[in-house]
Amino acid sequence: MARIVAGVGSSHVPAIGAAIDNKQTEEPYWKRVFSGFERSKEWMDALKPDVAIVVYNDHASAFSVEIVPTFALGCAAEFPPADEGWGPRPVPVVKGHPELAAHIAQSVILDEFDLTIVNKMEVDHGLTVPMNLLFGSPKQWPCPVIPLAVNVVLYPPPTGHRCFMLGRAIRKALASYPEDLRVVIFGTGGMSHQISGPRAGLINSKFDKAFLDNLTRSPKKLINIPHLEYMREAGAEGIEMVMWLIMRGALDDDLEEVYRFYTVPASNTAVGHIILENKRKAKRRSRR
Amino acid sequence: MISMHDYDDVPGTFVFDTDRSRQGYGINMFCMSLMKDENRKAFKANEAEYLKRFPLSPAQTEAILKREYNRMLELGGNIYFTAKLGATDGHSFRHLAALMTGSTQDDYAAMMLGGGRSVEGNRSKSGKFDKPPKSKSESKAKGGKARKKRG
Repeated sequence: MARIVAGVGSSHVPAIGAAIDNKQTEEPYWKRVFSGFERSKEWMDALKPDVAIVVYNDHASAFSVEIVPTFALGCAAEFPPADEGWGPRPVPVVKGHPELAAHIAQSVILDEFDLTIVNKMEVDHGLTVPMNLLFGSPKQWPCPVIPLAVNVVLYPPPTGHRCFMLGRAIRKALASYPEDLRVVIFGTGGMSHQISGPRAGLINSKFDKAFLDNLTRSPKKLINIPHLEYMREAGAEGIEMVMWLIMRGALDDDLEEVYRFYTVPASNTAVGHIILENKRKAKRRSRR
Repeated sequence: MISMHDYDDVPGTFVFDTDRSRQGYGINMFCMSLMKDENRKAFKANEAEYLKRFPLSPAQTEAILKREYNRMLELGGNIYFTAKLGATDGHSFRHLAALMTGSTQDDYAAMMLGGGRSVEGNRSKSGKFDKPPKSKSESKAKGGKARKKRG
C-alpha cells in the first residue's frame, strides 16, 4: 500500500521564486525568508519520499477563465513549468506519477469527489515555489509529483470541510494501491494576504498563528471557517488556506508537528510553513 | 444584475465571484491574450483597436485604456489576469499595488515591511463586524448582560 508519511504546509509567493531565479536569496530581505526553510530541506532530504502530492492553485497560467475546475488532478507523465509572463521558471520539468494519480482519481471519484482529470498541464509558481523551498534547486526533482490544482481564484472555492474530506479520500485511495510507496503531501498558498483592490497589503499574523496552532492540534476548528471569515480576517487571497486542509485531511489524527516557521512579509504575503509527521510511520524505506 | 452578498461588507475588496466572472470574461481573456508576445506587440501598437477583439463594454474598455485597476476589478477583472496587463506595461506588482491602494510605491513597500495593513478597522464597511469572530472555546465571560451559566 501507499501511505502518507508527512504533510508540509507552505506559502507559494511568486516573488520567492523570482528571488531564487535571480539569485537574491542571500540578500537580507530574502535571507530572512529562506533561512526558515534550511531545516526543512534537511528534513526532506532525510525523509526521501517516493512521491509528493502537491496541492496548489494555478494563477491564470494553465487555466484561464474558459474552464475553471474546482479540483484538477494532474495525471500526466510530466508537467512543464508555465510561462507566467517572463518566460518559464528555470526549474526542472516536473515528472508525474501517472499510475498512482490514475488510481487516486478512480478511487476518489467513486468516493463522490468529482474531480477533473488533467492529462496535459503546465505548472506555475504555485507548485514550483514550495518544491524549491523543500527540495532546493536540483537538476532533477528527487521524486515524482502529483499536482492537485484547486480553484481558489474564482469565488467560491471549495469549502474547508470539502477540502479536508478530499484529503481523507486521498488517504483512503492510497491504502488500496498495490505498491508500497511513502508519500508526502503539500498544502500550499496563504497565509494572510490580499493583493487586489484598495485593501491590498492586508496581513493578519494573529489569524495565521491561530490557524497553524489549530492545524496541528484541532483541525476540526478550522474546517468550518466560512469563506467570508477568511476574506475578512486573512485577506481576499488568504482564502488559499483552504488548500492546507486537504493536506491535513490526508494525515492521521495522531501526528507530530516537527517544524514551524512564520515571517512577514515576502512581497505582499505572510509566509507560513509547517511540517507534520504521522506518528504511524511507514515501515520501511523504499529501495532507491 | 449583481446581487448582494455577505462579502460585499468587506472593505476595499472586489470579490471575483461568478457574477463578476461572467461580466468580466472579456477583460480576463484580453489579459490572458497578453501571455503571447505577438499579442503584446499588437496591443501596444494600437490599444483601442486591439481591444475590439474582445467582448468588452465601453466602461471596461475605458478602464483598461486608462489603467484603472480597481475599476477593472469592479467590472469583473481578476487580479491574476490584470497583473498581466501591468507586466505588459513593464510595471512591477508594487506599481499596481500602489495604484490600487492610492499610495506611493515607497509607502506601500514600507507598510509591508512594517507588517502589512492591519486588519483592525479594515474588517467591515458596515462596522458590524469590527471584532474578530469568537471561537466557541472563548465565549464571552465578561460583558454587560448577565448570562446563564451552564449546568
